[in-house]
Amino acid sequence: MSIEKLVVVEGVAAPLALANVDTDMIIRIERLAKLPRADLGRYAFEPLRYRADGSEDPAFVLNRQPFRDARILVAGANFGCGSSREMAVWAIAGLGIRVIVAPSFGEIFFANCFQNGVLPVVLPAPTVARIASRLEAEPAAAHMTVDLERCEICTDWGETLAFAVESLRRRMLLEGADELELTLAREPEIAAFQARDRERRPWVYGNG
Amino acid sequence: MTGRTLFDKLWDDHVVADLGDGVALLHVDRHLLHDLGSSSAFHDLERRGLVLRNPELHFATADHVVSSATGRTGGVADWADRHIAGLREGCRRWGVRLADVTDATQGIVHVVAPELGISQPGMLVVCGDSHASTNGALGALAWGIGTSELVHVMATQTVLARRPQRMRITFDGRLSRGVEPKDLALALIGRIGAAGGRGYAVEYAGEAVRAMSMDGRMTLCNLTIELGGRIGLVGPDDATFGYLEGRPFAPRGAHWERALDAWRALPTDADAVFDHEVAFDAGAVTPQITWGTSPAHTIGLGERIPDPAACADPSERQAMTAALDYMGLAPGRPVAGTRIDRVFIGSCTNSRLSDLERAAAVVRGRRVAPGVVAWVVPGSQLVKRAAEARGLDRAFREAGFEWREPGCSLCVGANGDMVAPGERCVSTSNRNFVGRQGPGARTHLASPAVAAACALAGEIIGALPETAA
Repeated sequence: MSIEKLVVVEGVAAPLALANVDTDMIIRIERLAKLPRADLGRYAFEPLRYRADGSEDPAFVLNRQPFRDARILVAGANFGCGSSREMAVWAIAGLGIRVIVAPSFGEIFFANCFQNGVLPVVLPAPTVARIASRLEAEPAAAHMTVDLERCEICTDWGETLAFAVESLRRRMLLEGADELELTLAREPEIAAFQARDRERRPWVYGNG
Repeated sequence: MTGRTLFDKLWDDHVVADLGDGVALLHVDRHLLHDLGSSSAFHDLERRGLVLRNPELHFATADHVVSSATGRTGGVADWADRHIAGLREGCRRWGVRLADVTDATQGIVHVVAPELGISQPGMLVVCGDSHASTNGALGALAWGIGTSELVHVMATQTVLARRPQRMRITFDGRLSRGVEPKDLALALIGRIGAAGGRGYAVEYAGEAVRAMSMDGRMTLCNLTIELGGRIGLVGPDDATFGYLEGRPFAPRGAHWERALDAWRALPTDADAVFDHEVAFDAGAVTPQITWGTSPAHTIGLGERIPDPAACADPSERQAMTAALDYMGLAPGRPVAGTRIDRVFIGSCTNSRLSDLERAAAVVRGRRVAPGVVAWVVPGSQLVKRAAEARGLDRAFREAGFEWREPGCSLCVGANGDMVAPGERCVSTSNRNFVGRQGPGARTHLASPAVAAACALAGEIIGALPETAA
């Protein structure tokens, strides 16, 4: 069992410079409750992407060329705030997006990204705002390369931006390694912890 | 050695392996399961040929997709029943305790876990729901996790976590009459923002917290995720211990005495240092109502809707403009007097007995305004029965409220309960996000007393009536 590796992502970057895009906006609960994972991409950003009659809102960035095929999203602060629903990441990944660049992320969403081979990149707010407006102004130059090996983003206009990722998470994404496999190998440590803890806090393990 | 915070003690007590860089493998004392997501986690566990390691440390209930209609036995449709069946099947197969749809202990997972004594001080508690932070009110280290992490917890009874920084929010003074923990939390989020707590484990302290009931502390910790923090905490004290004693899953006999000794050592040491401290005057807080689509979009009942033009940050300004457009409101106008269609009293934020008592005190002997559909959805069967024993159900029903069956209901709209497009709902829940209560639904977050008073007025009120406690 492994996640999809992520080493270099090249593709169109789409600007979505809206603060506090929450998980309900990313995927509605009704969709995730009713639909299989493979169908969620169609409903990602549903209230932004579609009008009340179900037709696409041509003003929404991911409905416009060249952003329709984006692999990288340049987003606003606190992106993915709200619920723990991992389906929010599944929905975005279902659109083909593998990298999300934002000044900050909702914490649970951030963690869920790494579980699903999606790289969340934190850059300073002014930098993200500048990139987003340039993408908006020059869609023809919306191509970007995100290199996790080098921890660099290269823009079409020749800018190189360094970013930081926690080393364990970076290694796991590069290798496509699965967190659970690593922990299963630590079973003796878990058993030893519980043996000690049962002595120390017996009430945790049973009533009596 | 300098002192440690409550958070530090909780974290240190659960380290199975230190992986460096602030990453640790932590032992999970309680995993709380619900009906949305558990089915898929059980499925993944099985697909990978893994075993649920410690079934005695897992507790399940059905809340997200269950119908809230009187006489319900499951969901409102096949897809909902499939989630419930998956939960039931997984629990049966692995021997996990389940408070099923028609059981006497069923309810919203974050209401049930404290009231049954399942979550306790000193424990590490996780749940596939972001409002797991609620359990921090007991002095437990609790946070919400995603589906992949659920499988990890099931198979290994551990979670891989990054040590957050520590923030203490000290509420000086006491809440004024009619001002509730919900108002305090909204006012706080309004001041420091929906991301103000991001990266932090937030401990709530100060006079207002000490004076607060356990229900109120749960409301406060519940809303920590709307402040951007995954973890909310209140140091356990006699109120905590008094609350827990005698609850079905609380320690008993010699275990109770040993647990008490351990719990009394948990509160933050006097010389402990936090990474960030916030002082907040609880006495100055007034009853709140949200006007926009983030819990940070909050104002006092008598105040005017803010103007995005006055906001310096362009992305925030854009979000405010979009919020006003979605909410159908104009900047600069008083929020009071805005007509409403629905009122929802419920959710893991505000559906406990004392919440319902405050709302009932407002509606008793009065009538819901014509055209307003008002619901009360108690947080659990235990809350419901206790409320009925006090005649609260009668007060609500006679006023024209519907008295429904426990679950998440209109807070999240996962069970078919929804607010129609364009309709306006005053809700005691936790999120006023776009589409949260249904596509196009307009949500105003408020306390139970404010929501109840709005139901009677048929509009957003400008001040609480005298009947509010």
